[in-house]
Amino acid sequence: MAALNAKNGIAAGNEPDAPTATVADVPLGASAARHSGTVTVDLAEVTVRQLNAALHAEPAGSRTRYRVLNPAGEHALAAGIGAPLDVRIDGHAGYYAAGMNMRAAVEIHGNAGTGVAENMMSGRVHVRGDASQSAGATAHGGLLVIDGNAGARCGISLKGADIVVGGDAGHMSAFMAQAGRLVICGDAGDALGDSLYEARIYVRGRVASLGADCVEKEMRPEHRQELSELLTAAGRDDDPSAFRRYGSARTLYHFHVDNARAY
Amino acid sequence: MTIEDHSRAESPAASGLRESATFDRATIAAIQNAARTGIYDIRGGGAKRKLPHLDDLLFLGASMSRYPLEGYRERCDTDVVLGGKHASKPLRLSTPVTIAGMSFGALSGRAKESLGRGASEVGTSTTTGDGGMTEEERGHSKHLVYQYLPSRYGMNPDHLRAADAIEVVLGQGAKPGGGGMLLGQKITERVAGMRTLPAGIDQRSACRHPDWTGPDDLAIKITELREITDWEKPIYVKIGASRPYYDVKLAVKSGADVVVLDGMQGGTAATQDVFIEHVGIPTLAALPEAVRALQEMGEHRRVQLIVSGGIRNGADVAKCLALGADAVAIGTAALIALGDNDPALEEEYRRLGSAAGYYDDWQDGRDPAGITTQDPDLQQRLDPVEGGTRVANFLRVLTMEAQIIARACGKAHLLHLEPEDLVALTIEAAAMSRRPLAGTSWVPGAGA
Repeated sequence: MAALNAKNGIAAGNEPDAPTATVADVPLGASAARHSGTVTVDLAEVTVRQLNAALHAEPAGSRTRYRVLNPAGEHALAAGIGAPLDVRIDGHAGYYAAGMNMRAAVEIHGNAGTGVAENMMSGRVHVRGDASQSAGATAHGGLLVIDGNAGARCGISLKGADIVVGGDAGHMSAFMAQAGRLVICGDAGDALGDSLYEARIYVRGRVASLGADCVEKEMRPEHRQELSELLTAAGRDDDPSAFRRYGSARTLYHFHVDNARAY
Repeated sequence: MTIEDHSRAESPAASGLRESATFDRATIAAIQNAARTGIYDIRGGGAKRKLPHLDDLLFLGASMSRYPLEGYRERCDTDVVLGGKHASKPLRLSTPVTIAGMSFGALSGRAKESLGRGASEVGTSTTTGDGGMTEEERGHSKHLVYQYLPSRYGMNPDHLRAADAIEVVLGQGAKPGGGGMLLGQKITERVAGMRTLPAGIDQRSACRHPDWTGPDDLAIKITELREITDWEKPIYVKIGASRPYYDVKLAVKSGADVVVLDGMQGGTAATQDVFIEHVGIPTLAALPEAVRALQEMGEHRRVQLIVSGGIRNGADVAKCLALGADAVAIGTAALIALGDNDPALEEEYRRLGSAAGYYDDWQDGRDPAGITTQDPDLQQRLDPVEGGTRVANFLRVLTMEAQIIARACGKAHLLHLEPEDLVALTIEAAAMSRRPLAGTSWVPGAGA
């Protein structure tokens, strides 16, 4: 990739001959079109570094709308946003799209690579296509919606965010998930919820297998209620009563030699 | 009682009894403890066994062919810049002795504050750990390195941007390949809140990062961290010493500004004894391999190397620098400076079934020195201002001791120390350091 160091002009990705530039030298405005409150950024013209620098430079309360064209699977698109921006990415995103998002709404009209919305703190990230592995990894807050399927380890080490997957989720999803909710409208792969802490999992389809210390739990009215709210927030109309709930049996919270077989 | 009678009564060896070297008393106690409890031993600290170490090297000093510098008159500078390869705001430290990563949780908030105060007083950095950034530490640390660990406890972009450098942790010397561990007695409400975990549980954090595997992914991860922090922060990659030649090359290829190499003498707050003693390689064995990797890539001194694991005095500092490190980090020694294993606490250590000089139950939360504990009363024993002074004093002594040696070797900067200043005392150390055995020109393994 041709991301540029804003300060000393060293190109990332071991490209010593890449053109050097700074954000100040090549303001995004020169390559970005601003129409009716929407900033259009064409990544065929500017670098990811310039895009992200512009997103980071937005004032704290800014609700500016961005439209990103030709993402071409670039990594770290719209990563590290802090303002309640509205960002639409038209195409496929690489690794860590909307990583560590705070407050912004980021919509990817395509597929997303590994770690979309990783460590999200708040806001909303919506993937219209499929997401690769570790979607929403360690996310603390906000909502991640994946209309298609999610790869392995969806919601790994989840720390409070909500994830709604329209299709299937791969193996080891919600591994060591600490808090938050993972909703899978399709099937779940092997070892769902392995070594789960306090996160709650809802699955509509088939679960290939449950991981260590993950058990099916009773679906009480408050669970149907929160599931209904999550589905609504994700823009879905699935019937909450068709889902099963899974959570931690909490038998591994304190190491005991009698549980050694579980590890 | 005569002297003979007394020694006979005190020492079985004096009466001709012979202790097994294979089944010594610590081994016997370990077997009996395992048989009694059905569980392995978990403890703090690093490897306790005798290992080839920096003590097995000596400086030659100046002679006919080298000019020494005047000890109390001529300058020997100590400043070091870390992370300038890609980062626009590298760390500029006054001494190459830094404080290694140790978590709030493993240590009390006051201990973290003490380390921050001490490091700041002498112009060096301190490092967070597996558990996030605390106000005590950020507020009292002029240069704070923020660790990015597999667990990502408390990880948030505001702290990432508030840090002065980011350290992606792949492993530590005490347990390469192992994740963090914090037992329930130390998981107070505050610690649990920072880690998003129920209070009181045994926390065993992940050993692998959740969203990348392998060096190709790591390169993309590092780029993401740079993007989030607008390419300002130096990015360190910390590895536990196991395959340093390959790991350092991969870390550099992945885009690290700084590589942190932790040998097996490096401490841990809580790890299985069998892991500490039997996994990983000593600092002395790892450091030259790391330097060789950097040199082959043409990155030595361009990507800085920080070495930790058993650094105790200025000679250790100077030896690491002479072998090619740019800086060192101290952990265990910093805790000792704070008061860990203080003989004045002998009675209290005895009540815990230990003794001053032996205490390693840092996992257990009952540290009488008030350092490795979350107990509100025990924590009060450590005054962070006094603790900071002790840490600063110790850091100054390390720096001055290293300067004494450097001047004797004719060096006007600590980083001018070079391998040619060193010889080895043992064949093992000669082979590991590629320095000749003292008094010979023999480097085992070198040449045909």
